[in-house]
Amino acid sequence: MASLFDKRLIVVTGKGGAGKTTVAAALGLAAARRGKRVVLCEVAEQGRLAALFGASATHAETELAPSLFTVSVDPEQAKQEWLRYQLKSRTLAGVLGGSRLFQYLTAAAPGLSELVTIGKVWDLAQLERRTGGSVFDLAIVDAPATGHGLAMLRAPSTFAAVARVGPIGRQAEEIDRFLRDAKHTGVIAAALPEEMPVNETVEFERALRRELNISVDAIVVNAVHPARFGPDDIQRLRNVSSANPVTQAALSAALSEDTRARAERAQVRRLRRAAKAPVATLPRIFEPELGRDELERLSAELERRL
Amino acid sequence: MIGDWLERKEVCICAGSGGVGKTTTSAAIALGMAARGRKVAVLTIDPAKRLANSLGLPELGNEERRVNADVDGELWAMMLDPKRTFDEIVEWHAPDERTRDAVLSNRIYQELSNAVAGSQEYMAMEKLNELHQEGRYDLLVLDTPPTRNALDFIDAPKKLAAFIDSRTLQMFTAPGAVGLKVLGRGSGMVFSVLKRATGLDLLDDLSAFFSSFAEMTEGFRERAEKVSALLADSRSAFVLVTSPRADAVEEAGWFHHRLLDAGLPFAGVVANRVRPAAPKGDPSTELTGLLDDEALARKVLRTFEEDRRLAVQDRRNLAALKKRLGRKPMIEVPHLDDDVHDLRGLRRMDEYLFG
Repeated sequence: MASLFDKRLIVVTGKGGAGKTTVAAALGLAAARRGKRVVLCEVAEQGRLAALFGASATHAETELAPSLFTVSVDPEQAKQEWLRYQLKSRTLAGVLGGSRLFQYLTAAAPGLSELVTIGKVWDLAQLERRTGGSVFDLAIVDAPATGHGLAMLRAPSTFAAVARVGPIGRQAEEIDRFLRDAKHTGVIAAALPEEMPVNETVEFERALRRELNISVDAIVVNAVHPARFGPDDIQRLRNVSSANPVTQAALSAALSEDTRARAERAQVRRLRRAAKAPVATLPRIFEPELGRDELERLSAELERRL
Repeated sequence: MIGDWLERKEVCICAGSGGVGKTTTSAAIALGMAARGRKVAVLTIDPAKRLANSLGLPELGNEERRVNADVDGELWAMMLDPKRTFDEIVEWHAPDERTRDAVLSNRIYQELSNAVAGSQEYMAMEKLNELHQEGRYDLLVLDTPPTRNALDFIDAPKKLAAFIDSRTLQMFTAPGAVGLKVLGRGSGMVFSVLKRATGLDLLDDLSAFFSSFAEMTEGFRERAEKVSALLADSRSAFVLVTSPRADAVEEAGWFHHRLLDAGLPFAGVVANRVRPAAPKGDPSTELTGLLDDEALARKVLRTFEEDRRLAVQDRRNLAALKKRLGRKPMIEVPHLDDDVHDLRGLRRMDEYLFG
C-alpha cells in the first residue's frame, strides 16, 4: 500500500456498477489520512464523487474533506485550457476556440476529446502544473468502465501515432510515457464477486498488459457478503421450519444469504487464481446509501487489506 | 409480459447503465422469444464475452452462431465487429478501388474506425440496420454497449454525420481561398494559429482523409438517416434495464425522458435483482425457541433485518421510477440466489419476464 500511495496518479476502473467511485473515494480518504494532498477526478459528468461527500460537483477544485479535493473534468473546458497553454495567449486561444473551423477540426480529430480529458488528469498529477493550478501529491481518477477506460488510457499513444510530429504529438507521447511508468501511475480494478464481473476483470488485466504493457496494481472486490453461518448453523437452520410467515421468511433469508456468500467466495477464489494482481475484498455495506461513516469504514478496511 | 411488448416488433434495443444485467436480460429476452417460436438473433458489441458466457458459448465472432438451446424457434448470437463493419461500408460506397484504398489506409480513418468513442456505437446501429434489411430473423435483440452515459449510441449517428458533414469536406477539398471562405472571415489566421498548436502533419492527414472521403459522404448520410429511421420505427422497441439501486433508477428515469424527447418507441422497464418485500413483524422470540441457540438466532435476525432494510429501499426507489413512467409498464425480476450466467439461469428469468 505504501508504494501505491507514493505514485502520482491512480486510475480506478472496472465493470459498470462494480463500485469504481466508492473505491476511488475510499483510496482518496486513506491517502489523505496519511498526510497526502489528494485530488479525486471524475471524467463522466456524474457528480457521484462529490455526492458521496454530500457536496455538489463543479469543474473547479472543491475541498471535500481535509486534504481531499475533487474536480469534474469537462472536455470542452480542458480543451480551452490546453489551447491557452499551447498558444501562451488568452486572446489567440479565444479566437481559435470560438472559430467554426476549430470546432470542425476538434470534432474531426479522432480521440481528441479523450486526449484532452486524460491530459487534464495528467496535469493534475504533475508537480509543476501546466495550468498553474495548485499542486497535489496524488491524483485519483474515477475512470470510465473497462472498455472505455482502456480507450482513455490508450488515447495518448493513439494520438501520438496520428499526430506524429508537432506539439500535440510530443505532449501525447509525454502523457503516454507517464501512464506507462509504474513509478508514477497505478491502476486499480474494481470488481464484484460474481461470474461475469470476474471474467471481465481478468480480461481487462490481460488487455491492459497486451495493448499498453501496463500492469494492474490491485483488484478490489466490492460488496462481499459476510460468511456468518458455519456448517453446523446451516444444518440446524435446514432442520427447522415455522408456520409463522415472518419467522419462516427470516429462516429463508438466512439460508439464501449463506448460498450467496458461498457462491461469492468461490468467485473470489477463482479471481485470485486467474489474476496476476493481488486481490483485496471489501464487505457489503447494508445501508441503502453510502454515507461518510460507511466510506471511512471501507477506507480503513481497504488500507488494511491492500 | 415482454411477449406483449414485442408482439409485431422486429427490433428490440436493451439499454441502461452499467452493471444492471443488460446483457443477461437481452439474452433472456432472446431465449424467451425463441422458445415461443420466433427466429431470434441477439447481438452485442461488448467484447467482454458476457453474452457468450451467458449462452454457454466459448466465444462469439462477427458471424451469427446458432445456440443449442432446445427451443421451438431458433436462437442465434453474434458479436458485432465495429471496425469490420466500418470497412465494409467504405468498400461498399467507394466509387473505385483507388479511393477505397486511400481511405482504408489513411491513418485518420484507421484511428477513427478503431478507437473513437461513438463510432463503435454507430457501427452497431449500422449492422443492426443491415441485418434488419436482410430480413433473415423475426426479431433482433441488441445489447447496447456498457457506456456510463447510456445514451451515447442514440447520438452516435448524428455525431458521425456531423463529422463527415459536407461543409467540413468543402473546407479541405475546395481550393484554398474558396474553402476558407466557407468558414468566414479570420479563418486564415485561425489556420496559421492552428498550425502552431498542432503541427502540420495532423492537418495534412486530415486534409487527405477528407479529400478521399468526399465522394462517399452522400452514401454515409443516407445510411445515417436510415439508421435513425429504424430506431424511430414502430417495429422497434426500446427496453430500459435497471436495478433498484438509487443511481441506476435515477439514470433510467432520465433515459426514459430522453427516449420520449427523441420520439423513440419506448416499451417498458425491466428491473433486475429486486428483493421481494418481506413480511413485517418480530420473529426473535420464536427464532430463539426454535433454534435453541441464542447466538444463531441473533445472526439470523440480523441477516433478516438487513434484507428487509434493503427491500424497503428497493421498493422506494422503484416506486419513484414507476411514477415517472406514467402508464408504461415495469417488470420486476427478483434477486436470484445465484447470479444468472448460463442457459439454466436465463430460463429462471423467463417466468418473470414472460409470466
